[in-house]
Amino acid sequence: MADCAQPVSPRPGIGAAALVVALIFGTLTAVALRAEVGRGFGASDWAAVRFTLTQACLSAVLSVGLAIPVARALARRRFFGRRILITLLGAPFILPVIVAILGLLQVFGRAGWISSGLALLGLEPVQIYGLHGVVLAHVFFNLPLATRLILQGWQEIPAERFRLAAQLGADSRAMWQLLERPMLIRIVPGALAVVFAICLSSFAVALTLGGGPRATTIELAIYQAFRFDFDLGRAALLSALQLVLTGTAALVALRVAVGEGFGTGLDRALRRWDGTRPIARLLDGMWIATAAVFLMLPLGAIVLSGLPGLTGLPASVWAAALNSVLVAALSTVLLLLLALPMATAVALGRGGAIELAGILGLAASPLVIGTGLFIVIYPIADPFALALPVTALVNAVMALPFALRILVPRAQVVVGRYGRLALSLDMRGWPFVWRVLLPRMRPQIGFAAGLAAALSMGDLGVIALFADPEFATLPLQIYRLMGAYRMEAAAAAALVLLALSMAAFWILDRGGRWHAEA
Amino acid sequence: MLRLENCLIENSGFALRADLTITRGSRVAVIGPSGAGKSTLIETLAGFRPLTNGAIRWNGSDLEGVEPGKRPVAMLFQDGNLFPHLTVGQNVALGIHANLRLDQSQQAQVQAALVRVGLDSMADRKPAALSGGQQSRVALARVLVQGRDLLLLDEPFAALGPALKVEMLDLVAELVEETGATLLMVSHDPSDARRIADQVVLVADGCVHAPQPTAPLLDNPPPALKAYLG
Repeated sequence: MADCAQPVSPRPGIGAAALVVALIFGTLTAVALRAEVGRGFGASDWAAVRFTLTQACLSAVLSVGLAIPVARALARRRFFGRRILITLLGAPFILPVIVAILGLLQVFGRAGWISSGLALLGLEPVQIYGLHGVVLAHVFFNLPLATRLILQGWQEIPAERFRLAAQLGADSRAMWQLLERPMLIRIVPGALAVVFAICLSSFAVALTLGGGPRATTIELAIYQAFRFDFDLGRAALLSALQLVLTGTAALVALRVAVGEGFGTGLDRALRRWDGTRPIARLLDGMWIATAAVFLMLPLGAIVLSGLPGLTGLPASVWAAALNSVLVAALSTVLLLLLALPMATAVALGRGGAIELAGILGLAASPLVIGTGLFIVIYPIADPFALALPVTALVNAVMALPFALRILVPRAQVVVGRYGRLALSLDMRGWPFVWRVLLPRMRPQIGFAAGLAAALSMGDLGVIALFADPEFATLPLQIYRLMGAYRMEAAAAAALVLLALSMAAFWILDRGGRWHAEA
Repeated sequence: MLRLENCLIENSGFALRADLTITRGSRVAVIGPSGAGKSTLIETLAGFRPLTNGAIRWNGSDLEGVEPGKRPVAMLFQDGNLFPHLTVGQNVALGIHANLRLDQSQQAQVQAALVRVGLDSMADRKPAALSGGQQSRVALARVLVQGRDLLLLDEPFAALGPALKVEMLDLVAELVEETGATLLMVSHDPSDARRIADQVVLVADGCVHAPQPTAPLLDNPPPALKAYLG
């Protein structure tokens, strides 16, 4: 039919989506088949479930609870550096977890700045390992995200409403009841659900700051069952449980969440007429300063403690860095090969199923996929030899939901705007892809590729399952250095990793926008 | 000759009937109230909408199932007629070959079309560097190299100022005169119709009326047209 005429075919996208679904469910099935019937969960498994839920709840409530006053202060104050601060709030998304943890250790750890300060006063050092350490790290990562989500809610209140409220003589309290409280009631559940879902599948944080019977997440338990006991049955059982939990949480988060927190326009300052009393100014200033210090201090600590060790870095670190660059490059290519056809197919109106396939990456746990791939590969080849491509593939699937959120709206605009013009010029298939779709989507492709590269560069997940002692990516090598108490080398390597991640993001994102016409 | 035989076009609860003939080489203005289906008619002719019933024939051959790019049709849309990331020359070259691989004679053809619309020095610029009128000229240069029998205009000059619009309409009139193409242009301004169209097709009340000579129709409008013109 003529109204179905399209300049490109949705078929590659449908194929890519099918591949993703096959990977996620195939590995799950592989794991499930190994799960032993009737074995059930032991006490330690239930402890892992309890800990996972407890830390996710605490992390969500603390992150969002603290984000509300910070977002409010950011929404109603204008000051020098506001724009930079809001941009920085987006940075933890691509910040390698292991780097942040080293930074947090440097500040809050046993030998960290705070403990040293306390020691001068003759007090006991603070304890970072365990539940509160895990929650602290999660708040570090998710406070900025929650702040951006809530700030978005504030920015979406039309300026006219504030003007009207000011005209009616509304004070801060009335403003709160009229405008802010209804907005928060709408936004906060979504923010809570997103942070909760993210923290459920936390692995690297639990691996480094948790551990032991009292602070093990399900992901960590999968890793331990697999790596230490080689108990595939138990790993499979835990994997199934993890998938149910994250799947449910992801569905809830998607249903209640509004916006994704990396939208543009957040740096727009809103003109307001309330909150001008000195005490309000002081409180807002305090919230902004505290949040900024909390976020910047660990990063500053990494730079300070990493610099001295840079010259004497062991060769193993540079080898690992090379591996990480290779993994990130391969992962980015794989991501684009999956995401671009899928985004195009969604733009052509084949939404539903394909978008769902893309979102699966949010629910699937990398360790479950990793375990499944291991089980599948094991009889055919040496899984450890395939560590690099497997890590890249899993990272690509994990980045897919974010990439689709970036690419789909743009693909829809391009197809909607230029699809008919192209058709009327008999421009279909490759000429349309090369001459119109890709050039018009370049800024978004660059952004998505930058995110994917940075996420993959800093990922400490599936690689921990697959690496043998001779092979490591940089995050894993840092973890090993930490395990060997070589903290100076670890900090220096973390600085290298930080630079690599940021550079990968910056180059790809900039490259996409370079000379791009509006 | 363009023939619409017992055509029924349906579009989400809205139906448009058409049964008429447009002779080759005529210049037809399609007028009528907004929402009456002028654009729907043009889009159907261009192949972007299916016919529920009936047939569209060009010189006797049925266009049913023929893809938009394979029809004897060149079309200009309300906006977005140029690709902003391609140069003026490339945008025109698309009218010859969608993959932009042109031989020397084809390149000469592009250059000649740009000369004809007075933009030969602009071939290497991007559309953003051009004025609105110049952008319209680029699109018309592409129509020239496309060399199709039917030219469909869905108000591509609506965003231009009055003087510039008149200039573009005059250029269109000259171009169809030179190429012998048949012109169908949507318009909501009767003075556009008087300026370049020799016939008018009225679209109103779910019906595309048969073409009638412009001046007598506009001077002495039937009730449906009178209601629209006011």
